[in-house]
Amino acid sequence: MLAYIIRRIFQSIIVLLAVGLVAFSMFRFVGDPIEQLLGQERTVQDVERLREALGLNDPFPVQYATFLGRAATGDFGISYRQSRPVAEIIAERAPATLELAFVSGFLALTVGIGLGVFTAIRRDGWAANAIMSLSLVGVSLPTFLIGILLIYVFGVQLRWLPTFGRGDVVDLGWWTTGFLTTSGLKSLILPSITLGLFQMTLIMRLVRSEMLEVLRQDYIRFARARGLSAKSVNFRHALKNTMVPVITVTGLQLGAIIAFAIITETVFQWPGVGLLFINAVQFVDIPVMAAYLMLISVMFVMINLLVDILYVWVDPRLRIDGRHT
Amino acid sequence: MTTPVLELKNLTVDIPTRFGTLRPVDDVSWSIDAGEILGVVGESGAGKSMTGNAVIGLLDSPAHISGGQVLLEGERIDRLKLSDMRRIRGKRIGMVFQDPLTSLNPLLTIGEQLSETILRHLDVSNAEADARAIRGLDEVGIPSAKNRMGAYPHEFSGGMRQRVVIALALCAEPTLLIADEPTTALDVSVQAQITALLKRLCRERGMAAMLVTHDMGVIAETADRVAVMYAGRLAEIGPVSQIVGQPRHPYTDGLMASTPAASAGQARLRQIPGAMPRLGKLPDGCAFHPRCPFVQDKCRHDPGPKVGIADDRAACWFPLDAQEDVA
Repeated sequence: MLAYIIRRIFQSIIVLLAVGLVAFSMFRFVGDPIEQLLGQERTVQDVERLREALGLNDPFPVQYATFLGRAATGDFGISYRQSRPVAEIIAERAPATLELAFVSGFLALTVGIGLGVFTAIRRDGWAANAIMSLSLVGVSLPTFLIGILLIYVFGVQLRWLPTFGRGDVVDLGWWTTGFLTTSGLKSLILPSITLGLFQMTLIMRLVRSEMLEVLRQDYIRFARARGLSAKSVNFRHALKNTMVPVITVTGLQLGAIIAFAIITETVFQWPGVGLLFINAVQFVDIPVMAAYLMLISVMFVMINLLVDILYVWVDPRLRIDGRHT
Repeated sequence: MTTPVLELKNLTVDIPTRFGTLRPVDDVSWSIDAGEILGVVGESGAGKSMTGNAVIGLLDSPAHISGGQVLLEGERIDRLKLSDMRRIRGKRIGMVFQDPLTSLNPLLTIGEQLSETILRHLDVSNAEADARAIRGLDEVGIPSAKNRMGAYPHEFSGGMRQRVVIALALCAEPTLLIADEPTTALDVSVQAQITALLKRLCRERGMAAMLVTHDMGVIAETADRVAVMYAGRLAEIGPVSQIVGQPRHPYTDGLMASTPAASAGQARLRQIPGAMPRLGKLPDGCAFHPRCPFVQDKCRHDPGPKVGIADDRAACWFPLDAQEDVA
């Protein structure tokens, strides 16, 4: 088990090194940053001094190594646009994105699994059929359209919920949270539904089809033949067996929720990392883009690692450590 | 006269389909006494398993009991509410399925599966449930049962798993066991162990058993009485010696002749010509008549005589041992 985890961590590091190379290459291929930093009125001495200060005269491998070394300590350089450390800017923005992603992921998981189980057990009921038809909306409509529709209905027409921003946030020093104020919580509702709807319907449809498959299995029939209650058969015996594929997809989708928060954050002008990234792209603010790329890949890698560990926890057949024979 | 543990009275199961109603079990009546093993044989699709599922109330929709009665120790159970039926399943009727490799939940330890079933049906403490689970495993011949409680199904061999399945089916001490092809998926050497185990448990507990199989060898070894089914109907029922030794229904006779025997020096096995008709296309009269070597005119129009409870006659107008007298 330990060897397995160490092997996975080792593989994760290789993935991160590769992503780091891609992120680093951006600096070299998207033009000369000196042009961006210094205006029209510059001297050759200014250019040279800045080149030396930024380490741009070093050979490629040295620059890459320096970049990695700094990235590992959380130093992603200075934003070209804001002239402030990138790490600081991201740390400022991260709570907004993480809170949004957390609420979306939570909604997607609980509602998705709940409705998936419900529609599988009440396979032919009208409610299950209605939910299944509605879920097509979630799977097929693009995120930005859902966001705009929600804004139109609940923000513009009904005027129930705010249409942009985080509302009032409480600053805890190292973290700003919208969970502690009414306006902060209200502001979370529309963006998190927008962001999580696709994942929710995906998880629901997946849980449903896995559940239908499992309910056909002999051990479910045998559990019924032993007179176990419907609750025990459906949840203890059936749901647990649907979990392995669900964990795989859910893990990747949670990564996607964070990565694709860009669209939702743009639609709702949510002051998170995604919006920061879009603005960075517009201004070719490469240190910010590179840092964002690294951050997202670290999250994906960590989630994948977690998924692999969860598999083993859920399915005893994967525990190949020779503890039993 | 004591009440039989299981009594079927004219049990009929229907499956409505778009193309008409199929009748996989047609007017079947029999009874099983305490301590008795009734073997149920027939080809695939003869309605054996369907009868077992009907008794325990696990017919897959749209199949349903459309007529007749199922009596468990004199009490009618075919019209019970689902919640009442759940109290009977496992508690008074145990069921064992064909494939032990797929009958156990792979994600729960066998101890968890046993204790859960015991706690469901018996009013005992957790510790007592565990103790009973260990005794149950012991009884079916799992070595060092106590240490195996925390093991998962994949850590057992096929034969051992079927023992666990039997322990599970019997852990709440039912009075009736329905075993649906319990040995079909096992190696021949393991088959003999499992049938011996079933036989011993029935004798020790005075439990009635309905043993569904298509293996005449298993029947001959295990059953006290045998019911032969063909196309959903009961073809013949009687003591095992009589069914094996002097079959009266031509179908039983064909079935016996097509069973290999280790001792007999037969050169070739006989086979019954043709195949069992599909349920939607049953012929008029006796369902077996197109394949029967002794078919006569009457067979083509009249279904065979009914085989009743405690009756060992065959559902045949011209049973084999009486042919000389009649013809």
